[in-house]
Amino acid sequence: MNQAGGIVFQVLQSVLVVLIAPLMLGWVNQCRAWLQNRSGPGITQPYRVIHKLLYKEAVVAYDASPLFRATPYILFGCMWLAVGIVPVLATDLPFAPAADVVALVGLFALARVFVSLAGMDTGTSFGTLGARREMMIGFLAEPAMLMTLFTASLISQSTSLPTIVETLGQRELVIYPSMAFAAIAFLMVLLAENARIPIDNPSTHLELTMIHEAMILEYSARHLALVEWASSLKLTAYIAIGFAIFVPWGIAQPDDWRGLAIAFAVFTVKLALAGAGLAVIETVSAKMRIFRAPEFLATAFLLATLGMLTHFVLET
Amino acid sequence: MNTVVNIPFYAQLINLIAALILLIAFSMLTQRRIRSLINLFAAQGALLVLSTAIVAYSTGQPHLYYSALLTLALKVVLLPWILHRLTRALNVQWDVEPLINIPATMLLGIVLVIFAFNLAAPISQIAGTITKSTLGIALASILLSFLMMITRSKAVSQVVGFLSMENGLFFAATSATYGMPLVVELGIALDVLVGTLVFGVFFFHIRETFESLDIHHLEKLRER
Repeated sequence: MNQAGGIVFQVLQSVLVVLIAPLMLGWVNQCRAWLQNRSGPGITQPYRVIHKLLYKEAVVAYDASPLFRATPYILFGCMWLAVGIVPVLATDLPFAPAADVVALVGLFALARVFVSLAGMDTGTSFGTLGARREMMIGFLAEPAMLMTLFTASLISQSTSLPTIVETLGQRELVIYPSMAFAAIAFLMVLLAENARIPIDNPSTHLELTMIHEAMILEYSARHLALVEWASSLKLTAYIAIGFAIFVPWGIAQPDDWRGLAIAFAVFTVKLALAGAGLAVIETVSAKMRIFRAPEFLATAFLLATLGMLTHFVLET
Repeated sequence: MNTVVNIPFYAQLINLIAALILLIAFSMLTQRRIRSLINLFAAQGALLVLSTAIVAYSTGQPHLYYSALLTLALKVVLLPWILHRLTRALNVQWDVEPLINIPATMLLGIVLVIFAFNLAAPISQIAGTITKSTLGIALASILLSFLMMITRSKAVSQVVGFLSMENGLFFAATSATYGMPLVVELGIALDVLVGTLVFGVFFFHIRETFESLDIHHLEKLRER
């Protein structure tokens, strides 16, 4: 393919996903509101929040180190890079060879380490508590995530996401039973990593239960806006990885402009469905005690392992 | 590399159902509530009906349709209904406390699955049917149900374990050998039904004698 086309695709995808990510979060919240018989704030609410925060004066704790100031930018940068690597709209992106799935998990880990450090940086007890909990969830979720991705890699014989998408999406339809296990494990990891309900409640500020919110409690104004935007990007990135592995249809071929438009429409529809599904899951399930979380994630890990095992038994 | 592409579509469907049956057997192992346990058992039965019907359609064996219908009536409708009624009558819908904690049980479960897969590998190599690779999965779900019976202390969840073990056996029979003769299946179905009824009566007696469904009370001898 020609280089210029690829770069245009890359820029288009990165910009579009960054712009659409808060909308996704708003859609999930709106669906939750509808399911709970509330009228809801409207799906553009996250944009309004970000807009409001960007115009406020940033307050930084007196004892905060430069790390605290730098973290929102690092976090946002990591998530932006992640959505640049995942084949959301097109498979043949210039950025894609930069990182395979393992490096992608590492990228998320980098962001997590920085947020946790920033949470502890100001020395408040809440930040430390949140950071500890986040790291506990993280170290349990990561192996489950890797196992899920390895199951997909075993089928397509590659750890690079574009190759996985091409193998799974652009051949004739074959049912892979191991993917059923991987999909459930991935869903559990997605809920845990993005601080959604069975593990963490994104809308709570109750000291006993919050995990992610506890870490970012000290942030304000533009820093908080970036952190919020980054967490909506993370959710979108995770959902996009899920699409790439489990429903990889409709992603554009290289240099196919009409395909790109179709891919965007398909992506929007899939995103809307996934958001509605997420809202349903969050509405029907209750938040777990924090000490049940290891069990939840151990289940995810073992399901992913089971997926790999079934791959060897049923698919070779 | 990918031999899965070469097998026919219905066999792929059966493989998928096999994986789902294993998934349900696994989630039964981790389930704390008896009500959900019974619902999972019903779902496993429904998958079994589906797989039997697919085998019947693809191999053109009409007697398998009857056994699918029998499974539908018995394991999806009747037995879950009886079990739900029993749990309501005995008032045991709350959480069950497993003897070993759940993560440890799951690790044991994974070990069992690996064991079953290895055990079934040489057998499925000599089997002639196209869905032979599901034998390992059927064996794994039998062993998982067995594990569930061992690790649960309450009688109702043990019975669900027993019934789901029978599901695993039935699945092994249909997928690996295209079903047993109808007479045998009728016999087994009747056995399971009668077994559940007997268990039901038994539950009431256990509860009346010990005021609990915890079978640990049965280990102690005592004079009346």
